[in-house]
Amino acid sequence: MSETIQKGVGWSRREIARNIALSIPDGSVVNLGIGIPELVASYIPPDREVLFHTENGLLGMGPPPKPGEEDPELVNAGKQPVTAIPGAAYFHHADSFAMVRGGHIDICVLGAMQVSRRGDLANWSMGDSDAAPAVGGAMDLVSGVKTIFVAMTHCSSDGTPKIVERCTYPLTGAGVVSRIYTDLAILDVRDGEIGVVELAPGVDFATLQRHTEANLVINRVPRTA
Amino acid sequence: MIDKRFDLAAAVADISDGATVLVGGFGAAGSPIELLHALIDQGAKNLTVVSNNTGSGNVGLAALIGRGRVAKVICSFPRTANSTVFQDKYRAREIELELVPQGTLAERLRAGGAGIPAFYTATAAGTRLAEGKETRRFGDREFVLEYGLRADFALIKCRQADRLGNLVYNKTARNFAPVMAMAAKTTIVQTASYVEAGGIDPETVITPGVFVHRIVTVPNPLQESALVAAGASYP
Repeated sequence: MSETIQKGVGWSRREIARNIALSIPDGSVVNLGIGIPELVASYIPPDREVLFHTENGLLGMGPPPKPGEEDPELVNAGKQPVTAIPGAAYFHHADSFAMVRGGHIDICVLGAMQVSRRGDLANWSMGDSDAAPAVGGAMDLVSGVKTIFVAMTHCSSDGTPKIVERCTYPLTGAGVVSRIYTDLAILDVRDGEIGVVELAPGVDFATLQRHTEANLVINRVPRTA
Repeated sequence: MIDKRFDLAAAVADISDGATVLVGGFGAAGSPIELLHALIDQGAKNLTVVSNNTGSGNVGLAALIGRGRVAKVICSFPRTANSTVFQDKYRAREIELELVPQGTLAERLRAGGAGIPAFYTATAAGTRLAEGKETRRFGDREFVLEYGLRADFALIKCRQADRLGNLVYNKTARNFAPVMAMAAKTTIVQTASYVEAGGIDPETVITPGVFVHRIVTVPNPLQESALVAAGASYP
C-alpha cells in the first residue's frame, strides 16, 4: 500500500471531465464510457459541435431527459435514459460497431483500473474467477476508435498506483491509450513513454512520480487531441 | 397468400429442448418480454441463449434463466444492477458462459446471417478473450478469427410489421434485432402494430420481410424496465 493522496489536492471528478472536454476538437465524433467520462458532455464549450455516439445504436445523443420524460426505449450504453438531438440517427448493433471498428469514431473516453507505460489498458475484469466476467463493448472500442482517452483517479482508494509498468489485471487492449486524465495530471502515452502534459494545481513532478509506478518523463505537448 | 401471423403460444410451440435461441434487446430496451414469457410457459429446456445481457429483475430472460431452462449463454455483459439470477447460476456452475465482445457478437450474427463463415477482427487481440483462437497479421496489426453465428430461433421486438414481415423498430430498442433476424432459421417477431402490405414505406423498412417468419401482434407490450421497477416476477 502506498501513501494516500491528501484530500483536496488535485482536480475533482468534474474538473477531470472539464479537462477532457476542453481537449476535444470541434466536429469530433465521441463515445463516452460510464463514470467520469459521462460528465464530459456537459463541459464541451458552446462554440464546438461534438456528436456523441452510444454503441447501442444512436449517433447524436443528447442530455438526460427531464424527470417524467424518460423513454425506456431510448437509453445509452449504461442503460440510462437519454435524449436524441435534432439530426440524430438510430442504427442496429452491427452498423454501430462498424462505426467503431472501421475507425469512424474519433475519440473514446473510458475509465480504467490500470494503464501501463506502453498504453495497455485494463478496465473489464479483476481476474476473479468466481464472478461471471462482463466485457460489453470495451474491447471493440479500444481497438477500433482512433484516439483513446482514459479518465480515472490517479490511484485506487487505498493509494495503489493505477499507472503501472505492466498491467496485472487482464487487458482490454494492448497499446491503445493515447492520453490519461487523472486528478493529479494530464499524461501523454507515446512510444512506450508516459509524458506529463500538465500538473494539477499544488502537485509537483516528484509527488506525481511517487504516486505512479511507471517512470514518467516531462514533456511539453499542447493540450489538444 | 403469405400470412406470417401467429398467436403467442403457437409462435414458440416448436422451440425444442436444446435449441439455440437469439434474444433481442440491450438491457430492457427491445427485450421481447411477451415472447419470452410464452417460451417460459412452453417449457423448452437446455437452451442456448444468445443475448447481449442476461435479463433484469425476475421477468423475461432473467426469469427463463432463473427457472433453470438455459444451459448456456453467449453474451457480452451478463450483469445488471438489479438481478443476480445469472450470477447465482454461474457461481453454482449451473450455467455455461461464452463471453464475446459486444461488437464481435453483433458481427458474428451479421456474418452468420449473411453466409460468411468467419472473419478477422482486431477486437480482443492480445487479451484473454483471444486465447486459443487463430490469429493473423494484416499490415502491422494482429487480428483474431471469429466465427459467424447462426441459430434455430430468434425472438425479437419491433414497433411495426407488415403482412410480409417488413419491420420498423423504435429508437435504441432496435439494437441486435436486425442482425438476429438474419441469423436465425426461424425469426419470431412481436410487434406493437400490424399493417397490410404497403403500410410501410419501402424506403423506411429496416428489416426486409425475407428475414421474418412469424409475426405476433402485441399491441401494448410490457416494458421490462417498468416490470422490474414494480418488482414483478414471472410467472
